[in-house]
Amino acid sequence: MTPLLTVDRLVMRFGGITAIDGLSLQVPRGAITAVIGPNGAGKTTLFNCLTGFYRPSAGRILLHEDDGSERDLTRLKGHRIAREARIVRTFQNIRLFGGMTVLENLLVAQHHALAQASRFALAGLLHTPGYRRAEREALEFARRWLAELGLTAVADTPAGALPYGTQRRVEIARALCARPRLLCLDEPAAGLNPRESAELNVLLTALRDEHGLTLLFIEHDMSVVMNVSDHVVVMNFGRKIAEGPPEAMRRDPEVIRAYLGEEDEEAADA
Amino acid sequence: MTAAVISASSPLALRLRDALAVTVLGGLLALPFIGLVTVEEGGALTVRTRWGAWGATLAALFFGRLLLRAALDAWRSRRPARKRAVFSSGDAVLRRAAGTSLLAAALLLPVFFADNRYVIDTATTLGIYVMLGWGLNVVVGLAGLLDLGYVAFYAVGAYTYALLSTQFGWSFWEALPAAGALAALFGILLGYPVLRLRGDYLAIVTLGFGEIIRIVLLNWTSFSGGPNGIGGIPRPSFFGLAFARSAEGRTFHEFFGLEFSPMHRFIFLYYLIVVLALLTHALISRLRVLPTGRAWEALREDEIACKALGLNTTTVKLSAFATGAMLAGFAGVFFAARQGFISPESFTFSESATILAIVVLGGMGSQLGVVLAAAVLVVLPELGRQFADYRMLVFGAAMVTIMAVKPTGLLARREPTVRLNPERSAAP
Ligand SMILES: Nc1ncnc2c1ncn2[C@@H]1O[C@H](COP(=O)(O)OP(=O)(O)OP(=O)(O)O)[C@@H](O)[C@H]1O
Ligand SMILES: [Mg+2]
Repeated sequence: MTPLLTVDRLVMRFGGITAIDGLSLQVPRGAITAVIGPNGAGKTTLFNCLTGFYRPSAGRILLHEDDGSERDLTRLKGHRIAREARIVRTFQNIRLFGGMTVLENLLVAQHHALAQASRFALAGLLHTPGYRRAEREALEFARRWLAELGLTAVADTPAGALPYGTQRRVEIARALCARPRLLCLDEPAAGLNPRESAELNVLLTALRDEHGLTLLFIEHDMSVVMNVSDHVVVMNFGRKIAEGPPEAMRRDPEVIRAYLGEEDEEAADA
Repeated sequence: MTAAVISASSPLALRLRDALAVTVLGGLLALPFIGLVTVEEGGALTVRTRWGAWGATLAALFFGRLLLRAALDAWRSRRPARKRAVFSSGDAVLRRAAGTSLLAAALLLPVFFADNRYVIDTATTLGIYVMLGWGLNVVVGLAGLLDLGYVAFYAVGAYTYALLSTQFGWSFWEALPAAGALAALFGILLGYPVLRLRGDYLAIVTLGFGEIIRIVLLNWTSFSGGPNGIGGIPRPSFFGLAFARSAEGRTFHEFFGLEFSPMHRFIFLYYLIVVLALLTHALISRLRVLPTGRAWEALREDEIACKALGLNTTTVKLSAFATGAMLAGFAGVFFAARQGFISPESFTFSESATILAIVVLGGMGSQLGVVLAAAVLVVLPELGRQFADYRMLVFGAAMVTIMAVKPTGLLARREPTVRLNPERSAAP
């Protein structure tokens, strides 16, 4: 099967720093891919390139459409990646609309459809049946994801007032409301307690199995990586150092070296 | 659940509480209007109290509100039940009550002060500032874009009407949409270069823009009359009826068979700004719950997250600038029509600062807060006139006090634009 996304010799430089250095990888369709690597490896930078926040210095990011055509995302303007390529992300440091309620957050994610129905706010101001229907559908869609992620009870609470673990879930729910084809999660398990972390495992597998989503996620928590991912990409210093199924990565000497440093190699082998 | 809890949220208890809230607020507002009168005693004006009339007003407010509420509820319950809570929370009850009594006071004001030009004039000024505050609130309070040059759009509106009417004979109502559209265009023109700026940088550039407009108006004498301004701007008419003792067509007092009084025009102007302000209010309240308004607020909360969700932040920003500017343009037209004369002096930075102060003081994004803050900022200096030289001192002290006691503004609580569980939030 063709992959959903191909990253081809991607380079991202910031002045003298080369955060991504000729990275190539593929994101298989309908599977969960984990990106791991030590701090500063360039994982978040990769996400920023994928979602149009950075314009790569070189290389291509190709999205393979269902009809076999492909599209270079590096040419697409930032907000159009979420809208047209349907790649939606979450952030390492949560970025919610804190003063707005959870439900409102989820409606903003459906802005494009609603804004079209409101026709430059005119149909909205006149409260036409067409706009009302779009609004009802958006609410219904949000309600479904709220229920799925166990957020119904906090739907009317300002997002910023929620506990950390819940905020992470809200951010995922919000991304899902943007109807992604590829969902990119930047350290979704960071700051979660073991129970929340286990719930996240269940959620990620459900998104793949029941909703047919392709997932790409960055994670330091190895229990999550080992439990849910189908494919693991290991990065260090902006390069891919290994790639494969999770069990194989656990034993890969390159990976162990990257994580533990050169001196500890013997200790790791022991 | 205990009986007490049930009774506390029963319709009767809620209605009583609602009526009480209206009475308290209405009473406060009625105190200066009805409770106090000025009478002439030996050539000097003195203030007399009228407790009887005030008490009667309170009773009328209380029972009137109770009846109105009951009638409204009965009417609502006959219509197919919509999923909408009548009383969403105690806070909302209070807000609605405050809004209703403010509206009633605004509409009734000329009834009580029909021959007091000073009060009507001050109230009209207040109306202009409320409208400007609401307009700027879109940009600053909702979209979170700090704009220090808002007065520029007010000037664009005022000069558009002044020029169109004196040069081309356009009427007030013809010029109103044109001026709004032109101001909106200027809003977009300003918006483009500042798209990438935020916070302090944005504030400085918008400040500069405001000054540019003023300096152009000051120096382009052949176009704007320079420092001499533009005079002889026609006053708005009442559907073609002029407010004059005698005029070419029919006059207002002739048509209605009234004795001519110069107060007619002032009262008409007052009602005109009330109507314009109410339209502004309706527009913003509606926009706020539409995708446009939610996008503005999302932009204020987190621009990067907006982009990640596919929002075109350029459009969102420009629409906020354009909407705010358009409303300032409308206010400008009214200002020019009311003054009959405008000059760049009316559009200095201090005007922008006052409007911004109204928004910040009122509580960013709160429409009721803007009214209260505008009242404080417009009426306080008027009351302070006796103190003459100390006026600005008192004014400044009052502002500092308010910001120290309530740094988030008078009314900072945000009402969600949509609720999933209206019934639940009614519970205490
Ligand atoms: N906007 C930027 N400007 C300059 N340098 C940057 C920028 N963004 C990232 N970098 C640099 O690129 C390198 C990779 O950073 P990145 O955030 O991608 O790491 P990461 O793999 O996500 O690390 P972590 O696990 O700590 O989140 C770092 O050295 C970082 O300092
Ligand atoms: Mg990172």
